Amino acid sequence: MKITKAEVEHVARLARLELTEQEVETFTGQMDAILAYVDKLNGLETAGIIPTAHAVPMENAFRQDEVAPSIGIDNALANAPDRADNFFRVPKVIE
Amino acid sequence: MKYQAVIGLEVHVQLLTNTKIFCGCSTKFGATPNSQTCPVCLGMPGALPVLNKKVVEYAIRAGLATNCGIAPKSVFARKNYFYPDLPKGYQISQYELPICLSGHLDIEVDGDVKRIGITRIHMEEDAGKLVHADVPGAGDASCVDLNRACTPLLEIVSEPDIRSADEAVAYLKKLHQIVVYLGICDGNMEEGSFRCDANVSVMPVGSDTFGTRTETKNVNSFRFVKQAIEYEIERQIDLIEEGGKVIQETRLFDPNTGVTRSMRGKEEAHDYRYFPDPDLVPLVISNDWVEDVRLSLPELPEAKFRRYQDELGLTAYDAEVLTADRLLARYFESCVALAPQQVKTVANWVMGEVARKLNDEGKGIADCPVTPQLLNALLKLMEAGTISGKIAKTVFDEMWSTGKEPAAIVEEKGLVQVSDTGEIERIIDEVMAANQGQVNEFRSGKEKVFGFFVGQVMRASKGKANPALVNEILLKKLRG
Amino acid sequence: MELHELTIHELHQKLKKREVSSVEATKAVLARIEQVEPHVNAFITVTTDEALKSAEEADKRIAAGEIDTLTGIPVALKDIFLTRGIRTTCGSRILENFVAPYDATSWARLKEHGAVLVGKLNQDEFAMGSSCESSAFGVTRNPWNLECTPGGSSGGSAAAIAARQATATLGTDTGGSIRQPASHCGCVGLKPTYGRVSRYGVIAYASSLDQVGPVTRDVTDCAVLLGAVAGYDPLDSTSVNLPVPDYTKSLVSDVKGVKVGLPKEYYIAGLDPDVKAVMESAIATYSKLGAEFVEISLPHTDYAVATYYLVATAEASSNLARYDGVRFGHRSSAAKSLIEMFAKSRAEGFGPEVKRRIMLGTYALSSGYYDAYYLKAQKVRTLIMQDFLTAFENVDVILTPVAPTPAFRIGEKVNDPLQMYLSDIFTIPVNLAGTCGISVPAGFSTGGLPIGLQLIGRPFGEETILRAAYAFEQATEWHRQKAKI
Repeated sequence: MKITKAEVEHVARLARLELTEQEVETFTGQMDAILAYVDKLNGLETAGIIPTAHAVPMENAFRQDEVAPSIGIDNALANAPDRADNFFRVPKVIE
Repeated sequence: MKYQAVIGLEVHVQLLTNTKIFCGCSTKFGATPNSQTCPVCLGMPGALPVLNKKVVEYAIRAGLATNCGIAPKSVFARKNYFYPDLPKGYQISQYELPICLSGHLDIEVDGDVKRIGITRIHMEEDAGKLVHADVPGAGDASCVDLNRACTPLLEIVSEPDIRSADEAVAYLKKLHQIVVYLGICDGNMEEGSFRCDANVSVMPVGSDTFGTRTETKNVNSFRFVKQAIEYEIERQIDLIEEGGKVIQETRLFDPNTGVTRSMRGKEEAHDYRYFPDPDLVPLVISNDWVEDVRLSLPELPEAKFRRYQDELGLTAYDAEVLTADRLLARYFESCVALAPQQVKTVANWVMGEVARKLNDEGKGIADCPVTPQLLNALLKLMEAGTISGKIAKTVFDEMWSTGKEPAAIVEEKGLVQVSDTGEIERIIDEVMAANQGQVNEFRSGKEKVFGFFVGQVMRASKGKANPALVNEILLKKLRG
Repeated sequence: MELHELTIHELHQKLKKREVSSVEATKAVLARIEQVEPHVNAFITVTTDEALKSAEEADKRIAAGEIDTLTGIPVALKDIFLTRGIRTTCGSRILENFVAPYDATSWARLKEHGAVLVGKLNQDEFAMGSSCESSAFGVTRNPWNLECTPGGSSGGSAAAIAARQATATLGTDTGGSIRQPASHCGCVGLKPTYGRVSRYGVIAYASSLDQVGPVTRDVTDCAVLLGAVAGYDPLDSTSVNLPVPDYTKSLVSDVKGVKVGLPKEYYIAGLDPDVKAVMESAIATYSKLGAEFVEISLPHTDYAVATYYLVATAEASSNLARYDGVRFGHRSSAAKSLIEMFAKSRAEGFGPEVKRRIMLGTYALSSGYYDAYYLKAQKVRTLIMQDFLTAFENVDVILTPVAPTPAFRIGEKVNDPLQMYLSDIFTIPVNLAGTCGISVPAGFSTGGLPIGLQLIGRPFGEETILRAAYAFEQATEWHRQKAKI
C-alpha cells in the first residue's frame, strides 16, 4: 500500500474537500495505483540534477510602481455568493 | 531553578510603494472596502501576478541597511492555506531562496552593545482584512475587505539571539528607525505598517538546548511587545515549575488584559506545502543593481550619530536626540546648512524651543510651522545683536503662531534691542536712584544684589536692553 | 460550398471582396450550431446576440476598408478563456454562474482584429482529462463517430471544427489537450512554445505547462490564428518578449533536406495498428517530399507521464484553492461554519477527476512527500527537457504519433484514470520540455476515425513545424475529409 485511507482523509482536510465514505474508498484505491505507477521515477538517479520549474529559461519580469485603475467595487463583488454593504460576507470567523 | 529566555522576532514591514506588489492597485490606507481591487488581488480565475520592481529595490535597501547579503538569485514560493482573507488560497512569499540573508543589527541595552543576527529578509504579499462588526446587513457574519490584499511586505526574521523583553524592544526600535530612515515604510504601528510576531522560549540558565517556543502574533506597539514577551516568559516558567510542558503554538496578545492566549482552531492542520510559484520567474539581482541601490541609500542613523559628534562636534546626547527621527535630523541639517558657524546654537534651538512647541502641540517635525529659513532668520537677528536671546524666544512663539518673518515681528512689536549706551546709562541711573538701599548694600560688599539690578534694568527696558552692555555699564556705575 | 464550411482564409477572401458579409457568415455558423449541437454538444454557451452585434461591427469596419485576416471571422473559444460579460465556466459546476469581469489577453487580441465570438466550448473540467467526459455540462461527441469521445481536454474546440460549428477555435494544451483532440477529430492543432502566448485570463490548470493554441481546419488557418494571439504580454510574467514572426511566411511546401527525427521510444510494439499504418504512410510521404530521416532517442520518454501527473497535479492543487466560495463561484447552502463553507462548496462544485487531481497534488506537496514526489518530478523534468535539446542538435523536427490510439469510446476509460493518463504519453513530453508541437490530419482508422501525426519543434521553432505541416498537408488530402454529420 502506498497510501492509506487515513492519509487520504488527511489530504482531503488539507485540500478542504469534504469526501463521502465512498469517495475516500475509491480515491484510496486509485491514488494507490497512481502512486505505485509514479514510483518508477525512483528508478532514475537524479542526484545533482537541477530541478526545472520553467522549461523555458526566464528571469526578471517587472512592472513599474504606477497605479492602474482598479475594477470598481461592483465589478469586484459582482460574482460574490454573498455580500454585505461593500464587503464579501462569510460565516463568522472565530480567531 | 533560574531560567533564561530565548527570543526571536519576525517583523512585517509594509512597504511605502504606490501600488501593490503584484498588481497596479493603489495601496492607500483607508479607502472604501474593496474599492482598490482588480482581478489579480481578488484572486480571480486566470489572473496572474507581475512583480513591482520598487518592492525589490526596497528589499535590497533593507538588506544593505541591516548588513545582509543580497541573493544573486531568489525565488517566489506559494504558501498554501485557506482563509477568507486570502484570495488565492495561497500567499505568494519567498521560502527556500529569499532575497536577503545573514545580516545583523547592533543594539545597546544598559550601555552594553550586543549584536542580533538577522536570518533573512523576504518579500511577500499581505492578506486582506476581516471585519467583524459595524457592517450594515452583515448580521452575525464576518466581512472581507481585500484592499490590503497583495500589499507589499518585507518579513525580517531575527536569529534567536535576543534574551530579554528590553533587548527585543531595543532591536525593534532600531529596526523601526532604519526602515523609516530608508524611506521604505511609514513606520505607523497603529495602522499595522510595522508589526511583530515574537517567538519566545525559556531554558534553564547554562543550558544550550532551547525550550519549546510559542509564537505570539501581531503585537503592535513597543510597549505591547515588552508586555507580551514578559508575560509569555513568566507564563512558560510557571508552567514548567508546575511540572507542565510548553506546547508549540500560536498565541494572541490581548492589550486590554496584557495576557497572551492560545489561538487554537485558526488552522486545523498546518502544512503550507510551499513550492516555487510557477506564475513568477526567478529574480536575478546583479552586482550593479545592488551597488546602484547602495549609492542611493540615505545616511543611516548610526552613521549620522557618529558624524554629528565627529564633524559637528555635538555631544553624544545631542547627537542621539537629533538623529532619533529622520525628519528631525533633516530639519536640523537644513538649519545647519544655513548657519554652518552656529551648529551648537542651532542644536540648542532645535532640541529646545522647537522640540518644546512640537511636544506641547503633539505635532511631528513635518508639521513645524517655523521653517529652517525662518529659524535661521531669527538666529541672524540674535547674532547681529538686533534682539536678545530672551526676546528671540518671544519672537519665536509669535513666528510659530503667525508664520511671519522674525524681522517683521520685531519691527511690529518694537522689540529691537537697545544698544545705545546713553539710553542704557539713563535707565541705570534711574534704577540706582530709586534703589539707593541696594546700591549701598552692593558697595558694602554684598555683590549678590547685582542680579537684582540686572533684572530691574531689563524690566525697565521691557527686555530690549542689550544684556552685555547692561552688565558692563551697571558694574562700572555700581562700583562708582 | 456553404459559408460555415469555409476556412479563415477562404472566408476572408469573400469578406474582402464583399461577396458575403460577416453577419451572413455568422448567421450561417449559428444555424449550423443549432443544427448539429443536439448531436455534438461542443458548446457550453452559444453567444448568439453578442455574435450578431460584433458581426455588424465587423461589417462596418470592412466597409471602412479596415479588414485584416480575422475581421468578421466567426470563432469560438474553449470555456477556459475569460470573456468579459460572458459566462465562463471552465467546464465546472463551481463556475456555473461565473461571469468574467475581464478579457483573456488572447481573446482581447482576437477582438481587436474584429473576430466574432459565437460561443464558449466544452472541455474537460478545468482542462483535466483527455476525453471531455469530465465536463459538468455533458460529454461532447466526436462528429466522426458520435459513440466516441472527441478527445480532450479541448474536445469542444476540436469537435466544433470537425462539425463546422465555428471557422476556427482556440484551445489550451497542458499535456496534449489541443493536439490529441485535434488528432481525434481530424483538425490541425498547435501547442506553442511555453511563453509564446499569454496565459493571462486563461483559467490555470498547471501554470508551468499550460499554453494557448489554435485548433483549425488547416495549417494556413493555424498560422494566421497563432500570429494573432502570440506575443509578449506584460500581464503574464512568463510570456516571452521575442518578436512574433509572420507565420504565414512559413507556409512553403518544401521540406527537401529537412532532417526529421524518429524517436525510437515512440514507435513501440504496443502502438495501435491503425496508428502505426498512418505513421508509416506519413513517413513515406515525407520521404517522397525529400525529407531526411534520422533515428533518435528520447530516453526518458517512459518517465514523462509519471512526471507530468506529479507536476501538473501539484500546481493544480494550489491553482484551484481560489475556488473557496468567498468571492465567486459556488457556495454550499448547507455550510454552517467557515470550514464547512470551504469543504462543502468545493465538494459540491468539483467533479471526481478534479478532486482526484487536487488530492494527488496536495499529497505530492505535503510535508514529508515533497522531495520524494514533487522535487523528484521536477528533476526528471530536467532530464526530459535535455532529451529534446540533445535530439535537436541533429534534427529539425521530430515526427511522432499524437496518441497511441484513435478516439476511444465514451465511457471506455472513465473508471480507470491511470489508463486515461497513459493515452497522453506522446504529447506530455512536449509540455514538460516547454517546446512546440502540432497535430496534422494524416489518415483514418479502419473504423473511419481520423488519426493525426505530431511534429515537434525546437523551443520557438513554430515556423519550422508549420512549414513541415504545410508541406504534408499540400501533399495529402486528409484535411479535406469531412465528418458526415
